[in-house]
Amino acid sequence: MDFAFLWETLVSLITAVPLTLQLAAAAVVLGAVLALFLALMRLSGIWILSSIARAYVFVFRGSPLLVQIFLIYYGLGQFPAVRYSILWPILREPYWCAILALTLCNAAYASEIIRGGLLSVPFGQIEAARACGMSRLTLFRRIVLPLAIRQALPAYGNEIISMVKSTSLASIITLMEITGVAAKIMSETYRWFEILTLAGAMYLTINFALTRIVKLIEYRLSPHLRDPRALISNQPLVIAGENG
Amino acid sequence: MRIGNLLKLALAAALSISAFSLAQAEEKKWTHVRIGMEGEFRPWSFVTSDGKLEGFEVDLYKILCDKMGVTCEIVKQPFDGIIPALSIGKFDVIMSGMSATPKREEVIDFSEAYASTGQSFATIKGSPSEALPGTGKIYPLASDEAGAIKALEEMKPVLKGKIVGVQAGSIAATFLDKYLKNDITIREYKTTEQHDLDLKAGRVDMIIASRAYIAGAAAKPGNEDMIPVGPRFQGGVLGRGSSIGLRKSDPELRDMFTKAIKEVKADGTIKALSEKWFGYDVTPY
Repeated sequence: MDFAFLWETLVSLITAVPLTLQLAAAAVVLGAVLALFLALMRLSGIWILSSIARAYVFVFRGSPLLVQIFLIYYGLGQFPAVRYSILWPILREPYWCAILALTLCNAAYASEIIRGGLLSVPFGQIEAARACGMSRLTLFRRIVLPLAIRQALPAYGNEIISMVKSTSLASIITLMEITGVAAKIMSETYRWFEILTLAGAMYLTINFALTRIVKLIEYRLSPHLRDPRALISNQPLVIAGENG
Repeated sequence: MRIGNLLKLALAAALSISAFSLAQAEEKKWTHVRIGMEGEFRPWSFVTSDGKLEGFEVDLYKILCDKMGVTCEIVKQPFDGIIPALSIGKFDVIMSGMSATPKREEVIDFSEAYASTGQSFATIKGSPSEALPGTGKIYPLASDEAGAIKALEEMKPVLKGKIVGVQAGSIAATFLDKYLKNDITIREYKTTEQHDLDLKAGRVDMIIASRAYIAGAAAKPGNEDMIPVGPRFQGGVLGRGSSIGLRKSDPELRDMFTKAIKEVKADGTIKALSEKWFGYDVTPY
């Protein structure tokens, strides 16, 4: 047990954690916005919007993320038209290419999860809201969205964890996140077992924290599943309607 | 009766164990050798458009195996995992333009070197990096590290702030880490083809790789603008030249290869092959 080596490796890997978290956070946040649009497009009832959303999900869910990253980074860089366009300062950097690829992939999966959540809102609630005279926007904001989020949360938590692990693919386009740093140390010292175990442990730690956060949000969003709080009071219970 | 059978079984087991250990005690006779090669490092080994493996090492291994009297088989393996793959037995030797460096020698054994090409930088025509001084000079790091460091100091004004692409796990990457870490941004790629693509796209200002590789890459269609710049470095942290990598548990195989390599060095085969593939003689001094 070479503790000095393990400690050095741990320190190097920890310096890579901010980049991993940045990539994952950017992909999840930007992906969520795009996914919401896509889900709404899909459920809008307008044929052209729905088809565009379906085609997008088909392409980005059906192809491997590795291939998408390669196509965006190396593929686009080969066209002079792209290299001389205004997008080049962004596409030139591997950091933005990675975020772009991760966002597009995440949005495809997340839009299906959100669509599932939206469709699972009981129709009775929507009927009741309409009967109360709510406008479509109020209906969406007060009734549909909160219920949909609650329904979608377990699956969405899965997707966030999957995104954190997918950031490891960014190392193939020279980004030094956890897996990239681990590969570099391995190529210098050849002690792959210790290094890979430590890298795996880092991902496990990050994902553990994420699962706790998702669990907390689930708990806060589902008061109806918890035990009712007991009433503790010295006053006798007054039931309205009995002798004032 | 049952005890009789048990006794026979025990006797058979004891005999087979002793026969096994007897076989271990003898030297292993090699008749078939599996060679791990990257297959993506022109002109050492590469796959042509019709799927055939060709290159300097592809020609060389056939000659070496002939001389050693064994049959050989190629196993294609990405470079950054090639040493672990050797250790777990995916193949028996590494022949992939791999230099014998002190760091690698802690983990695996190396035969005698069969080629020494030196490492140098390359850039795109018209780039400010073209002004890199020292083009044409050779700096052996083992015998003249001070001279090499002086040359690097002269190169630093041009190198400062540049982005340099290099293959991960290569000796060039170790070279950059040791001598130039604070002056340039290093970008590590999985294969040499990838850093060439990024050099053309303008994402990196320069690349550093085997001089022979750069000569080969610049000759490929589409790479007309790639030119080598700066001096050639070899030896020291860059290792004593490309050698066959082996597990430490196979000294007989290493000696077989060393003997065959000495023969091809002496009879000029390496000179002829290297002039065919690299355009210059890479026989190690």
